Amino acid sequence: MRILPRLARFLALAPAILALSACKMEVLKPSGDIAERQKDLLLASTGLMLIIIIPVMVLIVLFAWRYRASNKNAPYRPDWDHSTKFELVIWAAPLIIIICLGALTWVGTHLLDPYRPLDRLSASEPVPEQDPFRVEVVALDWKWLFIYPEQGVASINELAVPVNREIEFSLTSSSVMNAFYIPAMAGMLYAMPGMETTLHGVFNHGGEYQGLASHYSGHGFSGMRFKAHALDQAEFDQWVDEARAAGGTLDRAKYLELEAPTENVKPMTFAQTDPELFDRVVNMCVEEGKICMAEMMALDAKGGTGLAGTINMAQLTHDKEIRRGLARPVLGQEPFMVTSFCTPADSARMFSDLRQSQPVVRVDQTPMRGIALPRPDNRLGLGLSMPRLIQDARRPDAVDKQL
Amino acid sequence: MAIPTNVETTFLLGRLNWDAIPKEPIVAATFVAVVLGGAATVALLTKYKLWGYLWKEWFTSVDHKKIGIMYMILGLIMFVRGFADAIMMRLQQAIAFNGSEGYLNAHHYDQIFTAHGVIMIFFVAMPFVTGLMNYVVPLQIGARDVSFPFLNNFSFWMTAGGAIIVMASLFVGEFAQTGWLAFPPLSGIAYSPWVGVDYYIWGLQVAGVGTTLSGINLMVTILKMRAPGMTMMKMPVFTWTSFCTNILIVASFPVLTMTLILLTLDRYIGTNFFTNDLGGSPMMYINLIWIWGHPEVYILILPLFGVFSEVTSTFSGKRLFGYTSMVYATVCITVLSYLVWLHHFFTMGSGASVNSFFGITTMIISIPTGAKIFNWLFTMYHGRVRMELPMMWTIAFMLTFVIGGMTGVLLAVPPADFVLHNSLFLIAHFHNVIIGGVLFGLFAAINFWWPKAFGFKLNVFWGKVSFWCWVVGFWVAFMPLYILGLMGVTRRMRVFDDPSLQIWFIIAAFGALLIAAGIGAMFVQFGISIWKRNEPEYRDVTGDPWNGRTLEWATSSPPPSYNFAFNPVVHDLDAWAEMKAAGAARPKAEYLPIHMPRYTGTGVILAALCTVCGMAMIWYIWWLAILSFLGVVGYSIYHTFNYDRDYYVPAEEVREVEAARDAQLAQGA
Amino acid sequence: MSTITELKGPAAYWETEPHHHPEGASTNIGFWVYLMSDCLMFAVLFATYGVLHGNLAAGPGPKDLFDLELVAINTAMLLFSSITYGFAMLRMAKGDKAGTLKWLLITLFFGLCFLAIELYEFAHLIHEGAGPQRSAFLSAFFTLVGTHGLHVTFGSIWLITLMVQVMKFGLTAANQRRLMCLSLFWHFLDLIWIGVFTVVYLMGVI
Repeated sequence: MRILPRLARFLALAPAILALSACKMEVLKPSGDIAERQKDLLLASTGLMLIIIIPVMVLIVLFAWRYRASNKNAPYRPDWDHSTKFELVIWAAPLIIIICLGALTWVGTHLLDPYRPLDRLSASEPVPEQDPFRVEVVALDWKWLFIYPEQGVASINELAVPVNREIEFSLTSSSVMNAFYIPAMAGMLYAMPGMETTLHGVFNHGGEYQGLASHYSGHGFSGMRFKAHALDQAEFDQWVDEARAAGGTLDRAKYLELEAPTENVKPMTFAQTDPELFDRVVNMCVEEGKICMAEMMALDAKGGTGLAGTINMAQLTHDKEIRRGLARPVLGQEPFMVTSFCTPADSARMFSDLRQSQPVVRVDQTPMRGIALPRPDNRLGLGLSMPRLIQDARRPDAVDKQL
Repeated sequence: MAIPTNVETTFLLGRLNWDAIPKEPIVAATFVAVVLGGAATVALLTKYKLWGYLWKEWFTSVDHKKIGIMYMILGLIMFVRGFADAIMMRLQQAIAFNGSEGYLNAHHYDQIFTAHGVIMIFFVAMPFVTGLMNYVVPLQIGARDVSFPFLNNFSFWMTAGGAIIVMASLFVGEFAQTGWLAFPPLSGIAYSPWVGVDYYIWGLQVAGVGTTLSGINLMVTILKMRAPGMTMMKMPVFTWTSFCTNILIVASFPVLTMTLILLTLDRYIGTNFFTNDLGGSPMMYINLIWIWGHPEVYILILPLFGVFSEVTSTFSGKRLFGYTSMVYATVCITVLSYLVWLHHFFTMGSGASVNSFFGITTMIISIPTGAKIFNWLFTMYHGRVRMELPMMWTIAFMLTFVIGGMTGVLLAVPPADFVLHNSLFLIAHFHNVIIGGVLFGLFAAINFWWPKAFGFKLNVFWGKVSFWCWVVGFWVAFMPLYILGLMGVTRRMRVFDDPSLQIWFIIAAFGALLIAAGIGAMFVQFGISIWKRNEPEYRDVTGDPWNGRTLEWATSSPPPSYNFAFNPVVHDLDAWAEMKAAGAARPKAEYLPIHMPRYTGTGVILAALCTVCGMAMIWYIWWLAILSFLGVVGYSIYHTFNYDRDYYVPAEEVREVEAARDAQLAQGA
Repeated sequence: MSTITELKGPAAYWETEPHHHPEGASTNIGFWVYLMSDCLMFAVLFATYGVLHGNLAAGPGPKDLFDLELVAINTAMLLFSSITYGFAMLRMAKGDKAGTLKWLLITLFFGLCFLAIELYEFAHLIHEGAGPQRSAFLSAFFTLVGTHGLHVTFGSIWLITLMVQVMKFGLTAANQRRLMCLSLFWHFLDLIWIGVFTVVYLMGVI
């Protein structure tokens, strides 16, 4: 039983460790503007609710004590069961709080929508006229793949991005649902197979942050972690150079190899990446001959392929579907895939169409003022950003532009 | 971790073979213990010739009181299993640091957290809540039984059958490793090929049939069986909340059933509802399951809101404050619970407008809930609060639940949810409301109605020990999880790389041990009380030990099989309090024969056949599945040929029972 | 609510006179509630079909597969069976055992015809390679229509059982109640079928 002395030592150190880990509340002490504003909203909502929670808790204890059975001095009215005044208060008080909270929620949800391009880098810095830094993220079993389309490099379980630059993550997954989460930067978003979700964020301070999978995805889930490095431009360029120098090519064959389940994977990089790869992953057509989702959906929109559609199937060759055991539904048929109708030229055209990214539409940052309406400032000085949120919401185009 | 990959299926046993028996030492040891314990129980029952008694008086009983008690026992047994899972998880997470893998491998750990969730919701909370409603509602509305007594017995055995299927997974094969809602694609055949998810599906399907039928039964009971004079707005609050709960059951469990059927089809015949490819949509499963899942939360908590109302009013010696607004609040919650399901997956990428709509509807639910808290508060106001055990649990509930409610509303703010979703903060939140609301409520209810069910009170000292261990243990176990959530720690993790987190997990494990002590103290409390049940300080001869206000206290403890010799007539709320004031506690008149349903073994047999059918489907033993299914159909048809389902309790027998009761009352007075 | 009602004499609080509860008074409403829960299961299937009906996975669509004429005949079968069940209930109300049985038999015949045609349709589709595995659309189609078919199957088994019981025990109160419940069930299936016919077949082909 050598655990006991170790435990005792551990408990002796506990206060120090507690103090240490208090600084690690990444959610409450983030390093990115989005996470910062999410935290502000969290605190503002908590504060709003405490307005009612604290008095209620006090009253519970007070009443239980004051009207205890042994206290014969307290008034006792066994038939008193109604008071319109009290009823009004008990419905109205929560209602008012919820109205405030609801307004805050509506505004906050739209402002901090992960799909929405940033409207500022931080409280003091506007977004420069520059496209966001793009990273394509694939949740594999059980590791993260990051593709840098502009640099042409890729990495596994290691993310490097420039600091103080808007980042646009395109997320997808190869097999099951997952969630991409860097607590210090911004909230999480699901990464799902056959679908693409988009998350915007920024790091305001350089450093090394934890990144994780925050949606259970199977056996290797616990080890699906990565380090996110927020680097200044020079450091980032150096990181890219190192990745290029290290060699390695991530093409479709290599990707299919990577897709097989592995656990606790060490970080690695690739010097070159197939530019179509991410789109093929999203469209679930990395393996040769398989139809792409985009093509399938285009055909479906035209009413399918008729009865010919019952013969355009082929044996599923790649082991993706059966890698975790006997995958055949016991009463069904062998797993099959639909074959592609496209010629290579068609495919290339389809992907180049998909590549066309939409221009970024940002919110006008100049303050809008009504006549004699001063811009609200933070009078309470609490550091909460309610006023900032409200200020943004006053712009008529602030809310729905990106929807 | 032996997951057979290409298992041969044989005609006789399907894919069941020797490899299916887990050889992990922990499981093997549990298996041996269960076998020995089971053998000892069987031996004892045989030795004391109790089988006949159990079969005749309990298993085949259609008496709502006995069925209610059987539900509670089922819940209690499964609670021990679910809690064992919890302790194992806490231990694993407390030691899996600094390169240590802990003592559970991924295959085992992933089953444990899935089983913990499934068991605690479906086989602990649901049986507890159903059992409570079964026992109390007919008494409270002055009825002699539920509307469909046979169906009631069948529902119970279906729930028990589901529990048996889930428990079997511990010793034969494996349980699901998917989390308690089994999201596809992970729960699809491609990623969970063996029997785990099938155990999950069939366990829930068998139990789900029972739950739906008992929901229909209780709903109709409340609609049709109320005592004369008891209009809807004169029903006790517990009956009201039970009514809304059963509406929710009837209107949400079919969704779960159908969703699981679709998943079954995906797994067995290869349809494409929730697959990645060929047009399937896993997101649809998540929507469907939460359309059931969110009302389920209120199915669990609403009856307990009723319990708190009864307890607060009784122990404050006062009418409930704001009965009408309490009823409307309950109805509001019932309706709103269908409009919030999307808040369970704000982070799935739906647009900001959708997210904020569901966020705001969620917050709106907190208004009626808040009104309820205030109503209890003002019930205490100008009252005479007796700090008996049920009242202590109620106060602890109010203080705990408001915090849980607050963190719940926080999670309903989508941007906040983006940073807290799937984190330990979320875990802390829902344990805060489920332990602080549902379990504390159940403990209040058990302490409150135990004397009614068994005729003696529970020991107070051990009850208080249990109370303090539970309340303190709860906060010690879950406060660290709130903090860990704010540090960005995700749920369902098995090993950790950041050593500074460990201290919090150790604190949480310590809290779990305190809770274990609380559970132990509760069993001691039951044991001592049963042991000393005939001593005067325990014995309840009045039938009304707490100076109660509703009709269940108007009859003896325990009540006779027919509940009331005469039907009570209701004029206002708190019918029993009014009867006592009017001096009408004991009617004097000529007794009449009483019409009662006959006991039948059909429910047990049908549920057993369904359970066998489920097991056969899990293991691909087709001949047995077909045979047992035909058995279910055939036996049901056979049962419909029995038209002789009720009898009259002779007036003579009623007279004897009531005379004994008169003597008991005289002795008590 | 706020004032306590006046207390009455002790006799007003208990029903001491003999008094009869009608047997099976709750059955009808209980069965209604069950039907509503069943309706919700179909609602899920309809919703599923609504979500997935366009996901053909580059395979055949409704226009390529459905034969409206056959489905029209099928619909007629089910509608006829509902009418004949209605006639059976009219005979039952008159206390005419033989007439009731005759109409129930005709109902059963139409029900079985419906099932036969549906099975033929399914077999044909699977034979063409458009089985439930081919695409999400076909999965949803087979499940929705098949679930309805399963209900009709069980309704038919129940119908046979009831016919035997009426033959053996006559039109007793209990049997009349059971016939009433099956009647509700049978018409309910008809109603669902009208939904299926409209949403799946008509909207799919036209």
